[in-house]
Order: sequence, then C-alpha cells, then structure tokens
Amino acid sequence: MTKKLQSITEKISPALALVAIAAVWAAISGFELVPSYMLPSPVSVARAFVEDFPLLMEHAATTLTEAGIGLAIGIILAFITASLMDRFKLLYNAVYPLMIITQTIPTVAIAPILIMWMGFDMAPKIALIVLTTFFPITVGLLDGYASVDADAVSLLRSMGAGRLRIFFTVKIPSALSHFFAGLKISASYAIVGGVIAEWLGGFEGLGVYMTRVRKAYQFDKMFAVILLIIIISLLLMLAVSLIRKAVMPWERKGVLKK
Amino acid sequence: MNISADSVLIAENISKSFDGNRIIDNVSIYLKKGEIVSLLGQSGVGKSTLFNVLSGLYMPDSGKVLSNGDDITGKPGKISYMLQKDLLLPYKNVLDNTALPLIIKGEKKKVAREKASALFDKFGLGGCEKKYPSQLSGGMRQRAALLRTYLSSQGIALLDEPFSALDTLTKSAMHKWYLDVMSEIELATVFITHDIDEAILLSDRIYIMTGKPGQITTEIEIKEKKPRKENFNLTEEFLNYKRMIVEKLL
Ligand SMILES: Nc1ncnc2c1ncn2[C@@H]1O[C@H](COP(=O)(O)OP(=O)(O)OP(=O)(O)O)[C@@H](O)[C@H]1O
Ligand SMILES: [Mg+2]
Repeated sequence: MTKKLQSITEKISPALALVAIAAVWAAISGFELVPSYMLPSPVSVARAFVEDFPLLMEHAATTLTEAGIGLAIGIILAFITASLMDRFKLLYNAVYPLMIITQTIPTVAIAPILIMWMGFDMAPKIALIVLTTFFPITVGLLDGYASVDADAVSLLRSMGAGRLRIFFTVKIPSALSHFFAGLKISASYAIVGGVIAEWLGGFEGLGVYMTRVRKAYQFDKMFAVILLIIIISLLLMLAVSLIRKAVMPWERKGVLKK
Repeated sequence: MNISADSVLIAENISKSFDGNRIIDNVSIYLKKGEIVSLLGQSGVGKSTLFNVLSGLYMPDSGKVLSNGDDITGKPGKISYMLQKDLLLPYKNVLDNTALPLIIKGEKKKVAREKASALFDKFGLGGCEKKYPSQLSGGMRQRAALLRTYLSSQGIALLDEPFSALDTLTKSAMHKWYLDVMSEIELATVFITHDIDEAILLSDRIYIMTGKPGQITTEIEIKEKKPRKENFNLTEEFLNYKRMIVEKLL
C-alpha cells in the first residue's frame, strides 16, 4: 500500500514541477516582466504549435527520416565494430583511444565540414547522426561483451560450444542491457544531431524551420518547435524502453520478483 | 591403485601449474560406470582445477585424461561439468536452459525441448518450464542445473560443490532426491564437496586431496550398500568413516 502510494507520488512529482514551471512562465509573460515578443506566453506557444502543426509535421518527418537512417547505420556499424574489437584484442587497443578522441570533437564543429563535403541534402545530416550515435552504442556493446560471466563461457565450452555459439548464446544477451542504455542516449542524440546539421544548411527539417522562424523573430514558433523536439526525443526514448521490454522479457519487474 | 577395466573415466598423472606455481601434482583418479565418487579437500587445494582439466577446459602440463578409452585431454564437450555456481542463463527460461546442451550438440530446438521437458517431473521441476531462473528457489535452480548437466552428459558428470549453496534442510532433501534419481538414471559422477557427511552419505568412494601442490593422498571406499538405510548417518560405521576422513584431511 505505502509502496503504491510512493510510486504515485514519484510519478506525480515531476508533473507538478512541470506545472509549476509553466505557471511561473505564464506569470512572467502575463505580467510582461519580459517583453512578450521575447518570451511568448505558454498560450501563444500552444497556439503557434497548433496553427503550424501540419508544417511542423512535414519538417519533423524529414528530421525523423534522417534520424532513423542515421541511427540504423550507427547501430549496424557499432555492432560490427564492437564485435570485431571484442574478438581481436589488438584492434581494441588500437581503436579504443581513437574513439575517445573523436568524442571530444564537438558536433557543431564538424557539421559545417560535412555539409561542405556532401552538400545540402540528407547525406551530411545522416553522416553527422551516424557519428554522434555510433559512439555510445559501441561503448555500450563493448562494456556489455566485457561484462559476460567468464564461468558462463566456461560452461558453454564444457558443453562443446564453439566461439560463434558462445557469442550468440551468452555474449549478446549479456550485452543487451548495455546496448539499450547506449541506444536510449543515441536516440535523443540522433534528433539533436539532425537539427544541428539542418541549421547549417538544408531545405527541409525541424532545424531548417527553426532558422526560418528565428530570422523572422517569431519567438512563439521557436518555442513551439523546441517543444516538438522535446516531445519527439521523449517519444523515441519511450520507444526504446518498449522495445527493450519486448526483447528482454526476463527483465520485467514481475519476473524478477520472486 | 585399482583401475578396473570398466572405468569410464581415467585421469593419469595429471599435473597443472599456473604462472610457475604447481597447483596439482601427479593426480590420478578413475571412475567406474554408474559410480558416485566424491573429491574432498580444503579450499584452494586444487579441486576445481582438477575438474577444469578433466572437463577439457584446461590443458594439463602433463598427464592424460581418458574416457572410454579415448584420449580427451584438453578436449571439452565430452564430459558434462556443473561449475561451482548454478550458472543458469538468466535470459532463458528453465526449459531452454536445460535443453541448451542438446541444442549445442546439434539437436533441433523442438526435439531438444521435448527431451528436456520429459525429465522435468523426475527432477522436481514440473510446471516450471516457462519460468525464468530468477523465479526459482535455490533448490530448484540446483535441480535445473543438474538436469542440464545430465542432459549434456554421455554417462559421465563432474559436479563442483552441487549442494553447498543450499541451507541444511534443503540440502538433506536434495540428498534424498539425488540418491533416488541416481538409482534410476545411469550417471557416473565425481563431485566436489567440503561436507564430510555429504561425501559419506552419497559416495561409493571418496578421494581426499591434500597438500601444496594438491595430491590425492587417500582413497576410501564406502562399503554400505545402496539404497542406504534412512539412519545411516547415525550408525557407528558412519562415524568411523568420518573419524578416518577427518584424520586424513589434516
Ligand atoms: N586460472 C587460474 N589462474 C591462476 N591461478 C589459478 C587459476 N585457477 C585456480 N588458480 C589457483 O589454484 C589454486 C587452487 O584453486 P581451485 O579453484 O582449484 O581450488 P579449490 O580446491 O577448488 O578451492 P575451493 O574449495 O575454494 O573451490 C588457488 O590458489 C587458485 O588461486
Ligand atoms: Mg573450487
């Protein structure tokens, strides 16, 4: 009973915090503490969101396509890289430091170069998304492979299992939870990466929409598109959690409780 | 040493070192068809190391492992091995866990599952096929691991402390069950234990390993016929065996 109550308060408290922030926001803009053209009220943001909804969806479709393709390529590349690195220690030692270094390169810095190389279509956006999503997934998989129980590997070897069988029967399943943790981060990186690349040049996408409304000083629409980006990121993270639950039924709460 | 013709497993003069440290030295053991033999010894004496060699996971520095006449030294997959913890894979349900060795041996998934599930009742696991290991009690997990070991064996099994993680009550229930099952299925077994009572109760023979490096210093035959009487552990003979073992272990 108390547990249930606790979980309800746990769920309600962030919602309350959100409402409080919205109330403060509404008060600040309502009393014009900040000029309304700079900080639009929640109501006008909502109105902009509804009015521009079809246009927002069109741009969102482009960004989501880029994110989807980029993420898919990122996952495949990460899977191949991590699996090879796990198999060949030498490759691991050679590549791992390089991967860390590439992570210190800021996304905003490479995006213009990619655009100069690849033009204004989807290609540079997808490339940027691949670059930003690849790392967390690869590291997740590597940690996951390393976390495998050495005794479970011995057990399978004693049953006469070969390397491939051991890889699929114990290594991949033990890497799954790490993989999904990496994927969750990557999913939101993918959207942000896409938007940043679109800012710097393109014809379609939420980033392009953002630069357009920014040039017109339409703050309400700026806020509306930011809101949409947040919503999309959250939905993607939710989707990852749902997929994780479906793929890893043994992790469900009811299963783990005795 | 009386290595008889009907030995299914013979280890001859096994020695193994790690980083120049000799862990076991010149160990020879044998196991007859359907026999239950225990390996007693203090912690760190090299019992698990010997099992790792017998199972083929480790290559010995010298010595040979023979199974039914074949040289299986350093060749895993011939003898089933239950490691020191139950090691049920948490992401597979109990049925798939137990069927795994059959699948690795090349059986079709469906056939493997059928063969495994046919034994669930005998192993006290009826109705647990679809459960995950985390949903089982300690005793059930141990029985599931034993079933998996049995299914992967071709008549020979090595069990590394199969009952040591269980509480006293569960343990003695498991002993009864184990002797029952073993009288029905043919499985020559060597098991490691720290528990002298358990060794006397379950075994046909006991090897005692002592020293540094570990060597087999004593071999004791438990002459009491099987099935053993209910109160065997309260008899004078039992105490005599126990006295003898305690003496040899130190
Ligand atoms: N792979 C290994 N590399 C290096 N040393 C090892 C390895 N395996 C075992 N040893 C060493 O060999 C010795 C014997 O270990 P082993 O696990 O065989 O003991 P044990 O008799 O099974 O003990 P316990 O009853 O505690 O399980 C220990 O000192 C251990 O540190
Ligand atoms: Mg041991």
